[in-house]
Amino acid sequence: MTGAALATASGARALRPARDILPMLIFLVFALLPIVASLTTRQYLLDVGARMMVFAVAAVALDLLVGYAGLISFGHAAFIGLGAYAVGILAAHGINDALVALPAAIAVSMLFAWLTGIVCLRTKGAYFIMITLAFGQMVYFIATSLAPYGGDNGLTIAARNTVAGWPLLKSDRAFYCFTLICLLATYLFCRGLVVSRFGRVLRGTKENATRMATIGFNARRFQLVAYVIAGGLGGVSGFLLGNSTEFVSPEYMSWQRSGELIVMVILGGVGTLDGAIIGSAVYLFAEEWLSRTFEAWQAIFGPLLVLVVLFARGGLIGLTAQLRRRFGHA
Amino acid sequence: MSGTLFLVQILNGLQLGVLLFLIAAGLTLVFGVMDFINLAHGVQYMLGAYLAVAFYGIVGNFLAALILALLAALAFGLLLEFLVFRHLYARDHLDQVIATFGIILFLNHAVRMIWGAAPLTLPVPDFFTGSVVLKAGLLYPVWRLVIIASGLSVAAGLYALVSSTRIGMLVRAGATNARMVSALGVNIERLFMIVFGFGTMLAGFAGIMIAPVISVEPGMGDNILILAFVVIVIGGIGSIRGAFVAALLIGLVDTLGRSFSIDILRLVMGPSPARMAGPAIASMLIYVLMAVVLYVRPSGLFPARGR
Repeated sequence: MTGAALATASGARALRPARDILPMLIFLVFALLPIVASLTTRQYLLDVGARMMVFAVAAVALDLLVGYAGLISFGHAAFIGLGAYAVGILAAHGINDALVALPAAIAVSMLFAWLTGIVCLRTKGAYFIMITLAFGQMVYFIATSLAPYGGDNGLTIAARNTVAGWPLLKSDRAFYCFTLICLLATYLFCRGLVVSRFGRVLRGTKENATRMATIGFNARRFQLVAYVIAGGLGGVSGFLLGNSTEFVSPEYMSWQRSGELIVMVILGGVGTLDGAIIGSAVYLFAEEWLSRTFEAWQAIFGPLLVLVVLFARGGLIGLTAQLRRRFGHA
Repeated sequence: MSGTLFLVQILNGLQLGVLLFLIAAGLTLVFGVMDFINLAHGVQYMLGAYLAVAFYGIVGNFLAALILALLAALAFGLLLEFLVFRHLYARDHLDQVIATFGIILFLNHAVRMIWGAAPLTLPVPDFFTGSVVLKAGLLYPVWRLVIIASGLSVAAGLYALVSSTRIGMLVRAGATNARMVSALGVNIERLFMIVFGFGTMLAGFAGIMIAPVISVEPGMGDNILILAFVVIVIGGIGSIRGAFVAALLIGLVDTLGRSFSIDILRLVMGPSPARMAGPAIASMLIYVLMAVVLYVRPSGLFPARGR
């Protein structure tokens, strides 16, 4: 019965046009942002927008784990760090082409995800949260000890990556567009993934692991693949982050960053993918604007989070759905 | 690596260990009995320290400040329970994480607004100032010994409470299967409130006791919270005994690792790579320990929850 329910749910998700309006709107806003920025000559909008999208890539990947596989990873920032360090370390050795750096960033993150995933997936629930934290902290401390690559202080990247020798990403606007494409690709890929058979097995395992095992699925293998995919996407986000700031630092993978990523996902709405993008945009917006106008912005943001949890089940997306229901719109 | 230095570091490790135990005990009970992840437990520790400083400024007596701060910490914890946490017990872990994270953000900044961002200090009570001579030429501050002793006596008291009183029995039963306890007619909400208040008070107590040793500042609870989580996960969620063993283990491993990692590494590598890798490896040790423990025993050393 649940199988059928899942199938119709996913079918509805793939077909119902109402579901597509929100993501279209999100990407439309991101696509129009450079135009707004140049019209209003507010160039910082471009930076902020790019930053939102960079973290949205990682947040969408994390939502794949948290929302669909039921794996709460508290070490997701490590993948961002690994991707960024791949860019930084390659650049320090004179290799600064994206055709090398991007695959390297993805490969390193996926390898790390695979190796640690084998260990982490032995545990469940809160233990999983903590063991992913442990591996995240290990990478963090290794990065602080990399004296040739800046250690604690981080590493400045001389210039943005070239593409096959061409400085295509050099201008901020070009980089913005590239980031937008990456986010769109990540989003479409994950969306395809969660409605596929693979995604249904993941969701089935999240709902009831024993049942999936009984039907004959080796759930842990599916979870490991999901973990490796999410890790690789984290590497993409790290590649983008390193290129956008032209700087890498161990700070990128501190546990606070991993916590922020979880907050972004939950704030937007778990298990929706759209929510992860909205969540990271809202979080970074709050950080950027509230901190500019009011120094202790977290004193406002903190209670807001509590209110979102208490009254808006399912994050901001859940809140809009509730409001729609209450005021009778379809 | 001299013997006396080793002794001092063992004592420092014990002191960190009992401190972690005081925080982890409440955390593991709240987590074990109520299945509630309370990230805001670390700010209770911070709040304990701040309240002690504030009350000391008013009454000028450490013992009175201690008692007042404990009561205030308890009252505040119960207020939070009433306002927020109570509504989250039935929710899933993610909701609890984000709500309690919000409380951390708020309290860290509230504390900054009330007492300022500058670190505050609390003087060591007169009776316990000075140092004891451990050995000729080796002094150790009395207050640190007091911390160790008070932590160990709290641990002993807690053990007696949990293992041989009725309320302790209910707590243990709750950690094993809360729904069953409730079905047997125990007022589980009241039990939750007692456990929660008690855990809050222990974290506050840890903050008060450590306040004379460290600087009291906003955010001081964040890193210790992560350590406390490491402790309860290694010990097994819901197990007081596990929390005690793991807390001492983590305290000793972390302290000894930090003091001797460079010396040990120099045995196998040159002095300059050892100086480079030493601090990183020392900071990593407890996480490596946690990963290994969880690999071998995926539910910690002393799993409490019966499945």
